[in-house]
Amino acid sequence: MREVTLIVKVKPPEASEVQRLEKKSLVSYIYIGEPIKSNLFGTKPRIQLNDQFGRVEDIPAFITSERQKRDEFDRRFLTTSLKVDQDISMGTVTDVKQELRKSGAFRINYSVRKVEKMNFGKLL
Amino acid sequence: MKKAVQEINAGSMADIAFLLLIFFLVTTTMDVDTGIGRRLPPPLTGDEKPPDIKERNIFTVLINNQDRLSVEGRPSDIRLLKQQAKEFLSNPHNSEHQPEMVMKNIPELGLVRVPKSAVISLKNDRGTTYKMYIAVQNELTAAVAELRNELSMTKFGRKFTELTNEAQIEAIQTAIPIPISEAEPVEVGGL
Repeated sequence: MREVTLIVKVKPPEASEVQRLEKKSLVSYIYIGEPIKSNLFGTKPRIQLNDQFGRVEDIPAFITSERQKRDEFDRRFLTTSLKVDQDISMGTVTDVKQELRKSGAFRINYSVRKVEKMNFGKLL
Repeated sequence: MKKAVQEINAGSMADIAFLLLIFFLVTTTMDVDTGIGRRLPPPLTGDEKPPDIKERNIFTVLINNQDRLSVEGRPSDIRLLKQQAKEFLSNPHNSEHQPEMVMKNIPELGLVRVPKSAVISLKNDRGTTYKMYIAVQNELTAAVAELRNELSMTKFGRKFTELTNEAQIEAIQTAIPIPISEAEPVEVGGL
Protein backbone atom coordinates (compact mmCIF):
# COMPACT_ATOMS: atom_id res chain seq x y z
CA MET A 1 0.00 0.00 0.00
CA ARG A 2 2.20 2.73 -1.28
CA GLU A 3 1.23 6.35 -1.34
CA VAL A 4 3.00 7.13 -4.58
CA THR A 5 3.65 5.36 -7.85
CA LEU A 6 7.31 4.69 -8.32
CA ILE A 7 8.86 6.13 -11.44
CA VAL A 8 12.37 5.01 -10.52
CA LYS A 9 13.61 1.48 -9.96
CA VAL A 10 14.46 0.92 -6.31
CA LYS A 11 15.86 -2.34 -5.04
CA PRO A 12 17.14 -1.52 -1.56
CA PRO A 13 20.37 -3.15 -0.36
CA GLU A 14 20.36 -5.90 2.24
CA ALA A 15 21.15 -5.38 5.89
CA SER A 16 20.63 -7.32 9.08
CA GLU A 17 20.72 -4.62 11.76
CA VAL A 18 17.47 -2.90 11.01
CA GLN A 19 14.98 -0.88 12.89
CA ARG A 20 11.37 -0.63 11.99
CA LEU A 21 10.17 2.80 11.00
CA GLU A 22 7.55 3.70 13.56
CA LYS A 23 4.88 6.32 12.88
CA LYS A 24 4.50 6.27 9.13
CA SER A 25 2.76 9.63 9.17
CA LEU A 26 6.02 11.22 10.27
CA VAL A 27 8.06 9.84 7.42
CA SER A 28 8.73 11.49 4.09
CA TYR A 29 10.30 9.54 1.29
CA ILE A 30 13.01 10.30 -1.23
CA TYR A 31 13.55 7.68 -3.92
CA ILE A 32 16.74 7.40 -5.93
CA GLY A 33 17.22 5.00 -8.79
CA GLU A 34 17.20 4.54 -12.53
CA PRO A 35 13.98 5.65 -14.26
CA ILE A 36 11.61 2.74 -14.89
CA LYS A 37 10.81 4.04 -18.36
CA SER A 38 14.43 4.02 -19.43
CA ASN A 39 13.53 4.38 -23.11
CA LEU A 40 11.99 7.76 -22.27
CA PHE A 41 14.18 9.07 -19.50
CA GLY A 42 17.48 7.24 -19.95
CA THR A 43 19.37 5.21 -17.37
CA LYS A 44 21.01 8.01 -15.42
CA PRO A 45 19.98 7.74 -11.74
CA ARG A 46 17.24 10.21 -10.86
CA ILE A 47 15.65 11.45 -7.68
CA GLN A 48 11.92 11.03 -7.17
CA LEU A 49 10.15 13.47 -4.86
CA ASN A 50 6.44 12.77 -4.37
CA ASP A 51 5.29 11.51 -7.77
CA GLN A 52 7.72 13.28 -10.06
CA PHE A 53 11.41 13.57 -10.84
CA GLY A 54 13.25 16.15 -8.79
CA ARG A 55 16.66 17.70 -8.77
CA VAL A 56 18.95 17.92 -5.77
CA GLU A 57 18.15 21.65 -5.59
CA ASP A 58 14.45 20.84 -5.17
CA ILE A 59 14.99 19.05 -1.88
CA PRO A 60 14.81 22.08 0.46
CA ALA A 61 11.44 23.04 -1.04
CA PHE A 62 10.30 19.42 -0.74
CA ILE A 63 11.27 19.30 2.94
CA THR A 64 9.52 22.62 3.59
CA SER A 65 6.30 21.34 2.02
CA GLU A 66 6.56 18.06 3.94
CA ARG A 67 6.96 20.05 7.18
CA GLN A 68 3.96 22.18 6.40
CA LYS A 69 1.80 19.08 6.03
CA ARG A 70 2.42 18.15 9.67
CA ASP A 71 1.36 20.08 12.71
CA GLU A 72 3.93 22.05 14.59
CA PHE A 73 4.49 19.56 17.37
CA ASP A 74 5.29 16.70 15.00
CA ARG A 75 7.68 18.59 12.77
CA ARG A 76 10.82 17.92 14.71
CA PHE A 77 10.16 14.17 14.62
CA LEU A 78 9.96 14.13 10.86
CA THR A 79 12.19 11.42 9.42
CA THR A 80 13.35 11.28 5.84
CA SER A 81 13.48 7.76 4.52
CA LEU A 82 16.01 7.35 1.73
CA LYS A 83 14.84 4.61 -0.56
CA VAL A 84 17.88 4.13 -2.72
CA ASP A 85 18.67 1.43 -5.23
CA GLN A 86 21.58 -0.76 -4.19
CA ASP A 87 23.64 -0.12 -7.32
CA ILE A 88 23.51 3.67 -7.17
CA SER A 89 26.82 5.36 -6.47
CA MET A 90 27.18 7.35 -3.30
CA GLY A 91 27.73 10.65 -5.13
CA THR A 92 24.02 11.27 -5.60
CA VAL A 93 23.24 10.07 -2.09
CA THR A 94 25.87 12.38 -0.63
CA ASP A 95 24.42 15.36 -2.52
CA VAL A 96 20.98 14.53 -1.18
CA LYS A 97 22.33 14.17 2.36
CA GLN A 98 24.05 17.56 2.12
CA GLU A 99 20.78 19.19 1.03
CA LEU A 100 18.97 17.52 3.92
CA ARG A 101 21.54 18.87 6.34
CA LYS A 102 21.10 22.36 4.94
CA SER A 103 17.33 22.02 5.25
CA GLY A 104 17.60 20.90 8.85
CA ALA A 105 16.16 17.44 8.19
CA PHE A 106 18.69 15.56 10.32
CA ARG A 107 16.77 12.39 11.01
CA ILE A 108 17.28 10.02 8.15
CA ASN A 109 16.68 6.36 7.59
CA TYR A 110 18.46 4.29 4.97
CA SER A 111 15.80 1.93 3.71
CA VAL A 112 16.98 -1.69 3.45
CA ARG A 113 15.70 -5.20 2.94
CA LYS A 114 16.02 -7.19 6.12
CA VAL A 115 18.04 -10.37 5.93
CA GLU A 116 18.98 -12.59 8.84
CA LYS A 117 22.60 -12.85 7.83
CA MET A 118 24.65 -10.64 5.55
CA ASN A 119 25.87 -12.22 2.35
CA PHE A 120 29.18 -10.52 1.66
CA GLY A 121 29.86 -12.66 -1.38
CA LYS A 122 27.70 -10.32 -3.44
CA LEU A 123 29.83 -7.35 -2.51
CA LEU A 124 33.26 -8.64 -3.36
CA MET B 1 -51.43 -28.16 0.74
CA LYS B 2 -48.67 -25.91 1.94
CA LYS B 3 -46.43 -24.18 -0.50
CA ALA B 4 -42.71 -24.95 -0.04
CA VAL B 5 -40.71 -21.96 1.09
CA GLN B 6 -38.23 -20.87 -1.50
CA GLU B 7 -34.65 -21.14 -0.23
CA ILE B 8 -31.52 -19.58 -1.55
CA ASN B 9 -28.86 -22.12 -2.31
CA ALA B 10 -26.12 -20.96 0.06
CA GLY B 11 -24.04 -24.08 0.07
CA SER B 12 -21.13 -22.53 -1.77
CA MET B 13 -21.14 -19.29 0.23
CA ALA B 14 -18.32 -20.43 2.54
CA ASP B 15 -16.21 -21.44 -0.44
CA ILE B 16 -16.66 -18.05 -2.05
CA ALA B 17 -15.82 -16.29 1.20
CA PHE B 18 -12.64 -18.31 1.57
CA LEU B 19 -11.64 -17.66 -2.01
CA LEU B 20 -12.07 -13.93 -1.52
CA LEU B 21 -10.12 -14.04 1.74
CA ILE B 22 -7.23 -15.89 0.13
CA PHE B 23 -7.27 -13.61 -2.91
CA PHE B 24 -6.85 -10.50 -0.76
CA LEU B 25 -4.27 -12.16 1.47
CA VAL B 26 -2.14 -12.87 -1.57
CA THR B 27 -2.56 -9.57 -3.39
CA THR B 28 -2.19 -7.14 -0.48
CA THR B 29 1.39 -6.02 -0.02
CA MET B 30 2.01 -4.36 3.27
CA ASP B 31 4.94 -2.07 2.81
CA VAL B 32 7.03 -2.97 5.84
CA ASP B 33 9.48 -0.24 6.25
CA THR B 34 12.76 -1.21 7.75
CA GLY B 35 15.98 0.68 7.65
CA ILE B 36 19.09 1.91 9.37
CA GLY B 37 18.40 5.11 11.25
CA ARG B 38 21.02 7.83 11.41
CA ARG B 39 21.26 11.44 12.47
CA LEU B 40 23.00 13.90 10.18
CA PRO B 41 25.22 16.54 11.74
CA PRO B 42 24.13 20.17 11.42
CA PRO B 43 25.68 21.95 8.46
CA LEU B 44 29.00 23.69 8.89
CA THR B 45 28.90 27.45 9.04
CA GLY B 46 32.47 27.66 7.88
CA ASP B 47 34.21 29.06 10.92
CA GLU B 48 34.28 26.12 13.31
CA LYS B 49 37.56 24.45 14.10
CA PRO B 50 37.88 20.72 13.60
CA PRO B 51 37.11 19.10 16.94
CA ASP B 52 40.17 18.29 18.95
CA ILE B 53 40.06 14.51 19.15
CA LYS B 54 43.14 12.43 19.75
CA GLU B 55 44.08 10.01 16.99
CA ARG B 56 43.65 7.03 19.29
CA ASN B 57 40.00 7.94 19.82
CA ILE B 58 39.13 7.91 16.12
CA PHE B 59 38.39 4.77 14.16
CA THR B 60 38.76 5.70 10.51
CA VAL B 61 36.90 3.69 7.91
CA LEU B 62 37.36 4.62 4.26
CA ILE B 63 35.58 3.06 1.30
CA ASN B 64 37.09 3.86 -2.09
CA ASN B 65 35.47 3.92 -5.49
CA GLN B 66 36.31 0.24 -6.02
CA ASP B 67 34.40 -0.61 -2.82
CA ARG B 68 37.63 -1.52 -1.05
CA LEU B 69 37.90 -0.84 2.65
CA SER B 70 40.63 0.83 4.60
CA VAL B 71 40.41 0.64 8.37
CA GLU B 72 42.79 2.71 10.49
CA GLY B 73 44.97 3.26 7.43
CA ARG B 74 45.31 -0.42 6.50
CA PRO B 75 43.43 -2.39 3.87
CA SER B 76 40.67 -4.40 5.44
CA ASP B 77 37.77 -6.63 4.60
CA ILE B 78 34.06 -6.21 5.25
CA ARG B 79 34.04 -9.59 7.01
CA LEU B 80 36.56 -8.35 9.58
CA LEU B 81 35.03 -4.94 10.12
CA LYS B 82 32.60 -5.85 12.88
CA GLN B 83 35.29 -7.47 15.00
CA GLN B 84 37.65 -4.54 14.44
CA ALA B 85 34.99 -2.03 15.42
CA LYS B 86 34.09 -4.03 18.51
CA GLU B 87 37.68 -4.18 19.59
CA PHE B 88 38.07 -0.46 19.04
CA LEU B 89 34.97 0.40 21.05
CA SER B 90 35.81 -1.84 23.98
CA ASN B 91 39.63 -1.68 23.99
CA PRO B 92 39.88 -4.98 25.85
CA HIS B 93 43.65 -4.85 26.44
CA ASN B 94 43.93 -1.17 27.36
CA SER B 95 46.00 -0.59 24.27
CA GLU B 96 47.56 2.80 23.73
CA HIS B 97 46.36 2.82 20.14
CA GLN B 98 42.75 2.33 21.09
CA PRO B 99 40.48 4.82 22.85
CA GLU B 100 40.95 5.98 26.40
CA MET B 101 38.62 4.12 28.70
CA VAL B 102 37.12 5.61 31.84
CA MET B 103 34.99 4.24 34.64
CA LYS B 104 31.67 6.01 34.46
CA ASN B 105 28.84 5.89 36.94
CA ILE B 106 25.57 5.38 35.08
CA PRO B 107 22.23 5.04 36.87
CA GLU B 108 20.90 1.46 36.78
CA LEU B 109 24.31 0.13 35.74
CA GLY B 110 26.69 1.41 38.37
CA LEU B 111 30.33 1.77 37.40
CA VAL B 112 31.00 0.70 33.82
CA ARG B 113 34.12 0.89 31.72
CA VAL B 114 33.32 3.04 28.68
CA PRO B 115 35.38 4.90 26.10
CA LYS B 116 35.91 8.53 27.01
CA SER B 117 35.24 9.84 23.53
CA ALA B 118 35.45 7.19 20.84
CA VAL B 119 34.32 8.18 17.36
CA ILE B 120 33.94 6.10 14.23
CA SER B 121 34.64 8.26 11.22
CA LEU B 122 33.13 6.83 8.06
CA LYS B 123 34.20 8.31 4.77
CA ASN B 124 33.31 7.20 1.29
CA ASP B 125 34.04 8.20 -2.26
CA ARG B 126 31.39 9.47 -4.65
CA GLY B 127 31.95 6.28 -6.64
CA THR B 128 31.33 3.90 -3.74
CA THR B 129 28.25 1.79 -4.38
CA TYR B 130 25.32 2.28 -2.08
CA LYS B 131 25.12 -1.40 -1.15
CA MET B 132 28.73 -1.37 0.07
CA TYR B 133 28.11 1.78 2.08
CA ILE B 134 25.06 0.19 3.69
CA ALA B 135 26.99 -3.03 4.36
CA VAL B 136 29.62 -1.02 6.22
CA GLN B 137 26.99 0.94 8.15
CA ASN B 138 25.38 -2.40 8.96
CA GLU B 139 28.57 -3.95 10.29
CA LEU B 140 29.31 -0.91 12.44
CA THR B 141 25.76 -0.99 13.80
CA ALA B 142 26.16 -4.71 14.44
CA ALA B 143 29.32 -4.05 16.45
CA VAL B 144 27.48 -1.58 18.68
CA ALA B 145 24.49 -3.91 18.95
CA GLU B 146 26.69 -6.81 20.07
CA LEU B 147 28.45 -4.71 22.68
CA ARG B 148 25.09 -3.51 23.98
CA ASN B 149 23.83 -7.08 24.16
CA GLU B 150 26.92 -8.19 26.05
CA LEU B 151 26.68 -5.37 28.57
CA SER B 152 22.96 -5.94 29.00
CA MET B 153 23.57 -9.68 29.47
CA THR B 154 26.05 -9.11 32.31
CA LYS B 155 23.99 -6.39 34.02
CA PHE B 156 20.41 -7.48 33.52
CA GLY B 157 20.70 -11.08 32.36
CA ARG B 158 18.91 -10.52 29.06
CA LYS B 159 19.75 -9.13 25.67
CA PHE B 160 19.48 -5.40 24.99
CA THR B 161 16.92 -6.10 22.28
CA GLU B 162 14.77 -7.92 24.82
CA LEU B 163 14.81 -5.20 27.46
CA THR B 164 11.45 -3.64 28.23
CA ASN B 165 12.33 -1.28 31.08
CA GLU B 166 12.80 2.24 29.65
CA ALA B 167 15.37 3.19 32.29
CA GLN B 168 17.48 0.12 31.53
CA ILE B 169 17.32 0.73 27.78
CA GLU B 170 18.37 4.31 28.28
CA ALA B 171 21.20 3.29 30.61
CA ILE B 172 22.67 0.92 28.03
CA GLN B 173 22.29 3.51 25.30
CA THR B 174 24.13 6.04 27.44
CA ALA B 175 26.92 3.56 28.14
CA ILE B 176 27.29 2.53 24.49
CA PRO B 177 26.11 5.18 22.07
CA ILE B 178 26.28 4.81 18.29
CA PRO B 179 29.35 6.95 17.69
CA ILE B 180 29.29 7.02 13.91
CA SER B 181 30.17 10.33 12.38
CA GLU B 182 28.78 10.94 8.92
CA ALA B 183 31.77 13.02 7.98
CA GLU B 184 31.97 15.82 5.46
CA PRO B 185 32.11 14.46 1.92
CA VAL B 186 35.64 13.87 0.73
CA GLU B 187 37.36 12.44 -2.27
CA VAL B 188 38.73 9.08 -1.27
CA GLY B 189 39.67 8.12 -4.82
CA GLY B 190 40.60 4.78 -6.26
CA LEU B 191 43.48 2.41 -5.89
